[in-house]
Amino acid sequence: MQIDAGSTAWVLVAAALVLFMTPGLAFFYGGMVRAKHVLGMLMQNFFAMGLISVLWALVGFSLAFGDGGGLIGNFKFAGLAHLASTTKAVLPGYTGNFALVVPPLAFAAYQMMFAVITPALITGATADRLKFSAYALFIGAWLILVYCPIAHWVFAPTGWLFKRGALDFAGGAVVHINAGIAALAVVLVIGKRKGYQREPMPPHSLPLTLLGTGILWFGWFGFNAGSALGANALAAQAFMNTHLAAAAAMCTWLLAERIKGGHATTLGAASGAVAGLVAITPCAGFVNSMGALAIGGIAGAVCFLALALKNKFRFDDALDVIGVHLVGGLLGSLLLGFFATKGVNPLGADGIFAGGGASLLGQQVLAVGVTLAWSGTVSFLLATVIHKTIGLRVNDEDESTGLDLSQHAETAYAFGGRM
Amino acid sequence: MKLITAIVKPFRLDEVKTALTDHGIAGMTVSEVQGFGRQRGHTEVYRGQEYKIDFVPKVRIELLVDDDQVDSTVDAIIGAARTDKIGDGKIWVTDVTSVVRIRTGERGHDAL
Repeated sequence: MQIDAGSTAWVLVAAALVLFMTPGLAFFYGGMVRAKHVLGMLMQNFFAMGLISVLWALVGFSLAFGDGGGLIGNFKFAGLAHLASTTKAVLPGYTGNFALVVPPLAFAAYQMMFAVITPALITGATADRLKFSAYALFIGAWLILVYCPIAHWVFAPTGWLFKRGALDFAGGAVVHINAGIAALAVVLVIGKRKGYQREPMPPHSLPLTLLGTGILWFGWFGFNAGSALGANALAAQAFMNTHLAAAAAMCTWLLAERIKGGHATTLGAASGAVAGLVAITPCAGFVNSMGALAIGGIAGAVCFLALALKNKFRFDDALDVIGVHLVGGLLGSLLLGFFATKGVNPLGADGIFAGGGASLLGQQVLAVGVTLAWSGTVSFLLATVIHKTIGLRVNDEDESTGLDLSQHAETAYAFGGRM
Repeated sequence: MKLITAIVKPFRLDEVKTALTDHGIAGMTVSEVQGFGRQRGHTEVYRGQEYKIDFVPKVRIELLVDDDQVDSTVDAIIGAARTDKIGDGKIWVTDVTSVVRIRTGERGHDAL
């Protein structure tokens, strides 16, 4: 295996960029909750950087990318063993066209940051009521039982969905659909926030949310362009696509909001950009620039309209993880069946608009369906088991007091802010 | 001695302060408060969800004056705080039985 210095530098930087997304997500969500819950939200996100990283090094990477066949990896790389050598270590499946030009440890570090942010995405749905100990138990088990298998199926060249030809450049299914459907499952188990739809629960600091959005957008270049796993033309295309989709989605979200509600809002600008970033994630290295513009544009408007789902189906997805991440991830993964072109990436496929017929779309539907079924079912069972044993939810008094004081014995803002 | 308490629109605070200092008032206490009167609250929309916000932000100004200063001081506040629109606020005056300046121990009129 030939290690390329430029590519190694880019993938290491991209890994740091992806890590930075988790604090970005923390602020994106943290600004949207009430002041008494903000530390609870920040803590859940930050803690994922701790717990998930440890578990990833011990077993997670090996289960996701080890050579165990199509369904799950093995324990060969447990403790990150057999990865240090840059000449002998070859990850299963990463040969021929898929040969890595970066050290396996750089790849393991890069993938670690994806594993960290994925369970953290769920916290937006369960905001203001999830018990910290239950959260820790949930995301630890969820990494092993849900994330690692799906990452193996879709990302690893030995995975069964990858082999069938399903495409997911940077995690539309593995990250966003996966976290989105898990969020729905947990929300159904944990129930609604006290006072939901009876008392106002406006965001306590939209400036924090916008700051978080900026960090997410910045970090997303590492997420998508880094997934080229090299410093090359494909990375440049993915970079451009990422930005264009976010920009277009912000415009269409605001337009829809303006037409429907009368005002273009800052929360709408932030949400639209994130919806576009989510939707382009599976597509970033398989579509051209105008395809990215179209995918982002569609995602902004559709995700805005999807917010109404939670009222229709009467579940309390506090910060719209389902409306933005699940719907955005579904849109991106399915639109890829239309917009993909081998002109951008010869290892990809031609979608319907590139004359490739519906076979890619068929694979995308399968990958999406499998992700929804596995993540939805296992997440629901896991949440139910935790709910019946230690309890997923804080008690009523702790919820009224706020997660900050009840879960962490801290207050975010020294003056006031307890409302 | 009287305590004058005024609830005014936050954006009128500078004008009220200037009017009061021009009037010769030596000190005041200001706090940010929330509440509602006839103006009621307003509606905010977050991701399409409408929230009725009952309590609107106001500024509370408190100052102590001699009895013969009350009417002119209240007039100064009204002159600066009034916009003729709903939500301009209220002023009320209450009796004060004792005032002490902590540093010197002065009491009553001397402490104002």
